[in-house]
Amino acid sequence: MVVGLGHYLAVSAILLVLGVFGIFLNRKNVIIIMMSIELILLAVNLNLVAFSAALGDMVGQVFAMFVLTVAAAEAAIGLAIVVVYSRNRGSIEVEDVTLMKG
Amino acid sequence: MLTVIAVFFPLLGAAAAGLLGYPAGDRTSQVVSILCMIVASLAGVTAAVLLGVGVTHPGTIPIATWISAGTFKVSWALRIDTLSAVMVAMVTTVSMLIHVYSVGYMAHEERPCWRFFSYISLFSFSMLMLVTANNILQLFFGWEGVGLMSYLLIGYWYYKPSANAAAIKAFVVNRVADLFFTVGIALLFFQFRTLSLSAIFAAVPEHAATEYELFGSSLPVLDVIGVLLFIGAMGKSAQLFLHTWLPDAMEGPTPISALIHAATMVTAGVFLMARMSPLLEYAPVALGLVAFIGGSTSFFAATIACVQFDIKRVIAYSTCSQLGYMFIGAGVSAFQTSIFHLLTHAFFKSLLFLGAGSVIHAMSDEQDMRRMGGLWRKVPITYAMMWVGFLALAGIPFFDGFYSKDAILEAALSTPTGIAFYAYVTGVVGAYLTAFYSWRVLFMTFHGISRVEPHVQEHVHESPAIMTVPMILLAIGATVIGFALHNVFIGPDWRSFWGTSLFTLPGIHPLARMESIHGAVKWVPTMVAFAGLGTAYVFYILRPGIPAWLAEHFRPVYLFLVNKWYFDEIYDAVFVRGAFRLARLLWQVGDVTVIDGVPNGIAVLATDSSAEVVKLQTGSLAQYAFAMVIGVVVLIAVFLLFR
Repeated sequence: MVVGLGHYLAVSAILLVLGVFGIFLNRKNVIIIMMSIELILLAVNLNLVAFSAALGDMVGQVFAMFVLTVAAAEAAIGLAIVVVYSRNRGSIEVEDVTLMKG
Repeated sequence: MLTVIAVFFPLLGAAAAGLLGYPAGDRTSQVVSILCMIVASLAGVTAAVLLGVGVTHPGTIPIATWISAGTFKVSWALRIDTLSAVMVAMVTTVSMLIHVYSVGYMAHEERPCWRFFSYISLFSFSMLMLVTANNILQLFFGWEGVGLMSYLLIGYWYYKPSANAAAIKAFVVNRVADLFFTVGIALLFFQFRTLSLSAIFAAVPEHAATEYELFGSSLPVLDVIGVLLFIGAMGKSAQLFLHTWLPDAMEGPTPISALIHAATMVTAGVFLMARMSPLLEYAPVALGLVAFIGGSTSFFAATIACVQFDIKRVIAYSTCSQLGYMFIGAGVSAFQTSIFHLLTHAFFKSLLFLGAGSVIHAMSDEQDMRRMGGLWRKVPITYAMMWVGFLALAGIPFFDGFYSKDAILEAALSTPTGIAFYAYVTGVVGAYLTAFYSWRVLFMTFHGISRVEPHVQEHVHESPAIMTVPMILLAIGATVIGFALHNVFIGPDWRSFWGTSLFTLPGIHPLARMESIHGAVKWVPTMVAFAGLGTAYVFYILRPGIPAWLAEHFRPVYLFLVNKWYFDEIYDAVFVRGAFRLARLLWQVGDVTVIDGVPNGIAVLATDSSAEVVKLQTGSLAQYAFAMVIGVVVLIAVFLLFR
């Protein structure tokens, strides 16, 4: 079986859906939400790289590097927020994070 | 020049009395205002005499520019002709005498009374501005000035709620009439493009055939203007339907009733008719209305005067009735007779009011004739003066009213129209009633057994000389003016005397037509006057039981008259309560529901809807994320579907 563009896209779509569901089915942990976001970003990266390879255009891979950078920054800031939050409130349960409730 | 002095000295007196009154006291303000009035009256009478004998000539004295806006120009100027000269002389003289009388009348006041003297001087000035006006806007200035001073003086005793109510009533009723007057002025300007009297009068004949189209009917312009001006005059002169304020105006001090509500201000309406005679002569419908309302009022007010018990109210209704006579004269184009009656009436009616004031003063402020009687020994001078006043009022021969009132009735009889005859009949019946109520007052007040309460009886006293002397002077006026001036005013010399100040259409003049009345008919008004006198004698001296018997057996009629034809009740039900109802409607529906309701409703809508919207903000990250995903899906779907 030849692994083609379609397979990459399928994996990428599965990862995306997993990430999305991970965000809003998860009721427990903020860190899991961040992991889900990473999953979504990785799915996007996979798409970019797959198309880049398929079309022979390096721009896609360069763009993937940018996405990784942003993801790293986002993870750093996100984790920092989570640490501060847990220090202040003693919990990072998603259910408890409702300070913005109207 | 004399006229300028006559007009502006009262203003000077008013300013001095008003500004110096507080620091310098009552006596100073009285002296200053009276001195100014004496100067004014000497100047006014001299000016009138000089004009009458032909030494000076009619003209205008410009004073200043008032308004100059584009083509709309109004100036302050004094118009000097026979009409204004007669009015100036009358107003200044009567006003001066009443100023003097007031010193005595107001002597018992506990509060300082310089305000009073300032007011009546200012009133005199306004009245003089009115009568000397050279354009209709200046006339309106004086018109409103006298209305304002009337309001202030009716409510002079501001601590009495009834006085305040009467003052407001007078002001409001006059505003109703003034609305029509102002519309009339506006139409005058619209039609003639000027407010100057001379220019209007010169242009009147050109507009005689002009008509307004209104709702499919065409109305002659001059008739419309004439009727509007007359409605204004009806308010000021307390004619039928707009008369209700005058009897209530008796709440003011009695000198005010004499000056404003008998001699001068209320006659402003008659003066307006005479002043506008060049226009009214081309407005036959308006003149017919004038005669009709005048006749009706002369009868209507006289019937009420017959059953009132308040001495001042009787005389007030009598004023109303006499003003009706003046309007009859104007309505049949005999403006000379109405001005003549205006002049004589000013003297005898202010005399009667001053007499009534003297009685009230003597009776410690008692006004009810049922608690008087047998007073003539106690107040002989007042008694004699009241006799003179009533003789003149009733038109007993050789007193003032005999010349002027009879002339009006003759002019009405000799005019060949139905309305004029109606006015004649009502006028003659009114003359009978006039004589009846006159002697009813005399007999009830001065004759018969005393019904005075004992503690009042002790204090009954004749008024001091400062009050009796003006009365005597007015009594002389009430006796000689009619006799002395009737040849000049309405006799053979009238044409040279009046000059161009009063206008009558070419043709047989009403004064000339009057000559055609001969024999017994001429004496009808005099005979009914004597009959009225006799009736009063029988009712109140010979058989004092008759009035009570009549009141009992004709109770509905009696109640109808005692309640003044129910005018106040009807007006109260229709206009006062109607206005209250309308105000309540506007308040509760218009203001509270609509005007307050709209913004309040919008505010409530905003808070309520935001309270609902805020529930979307659950604070749950999962739901936000879900919403975001759904949103993305929807956007993509829309993008794909409607690309």
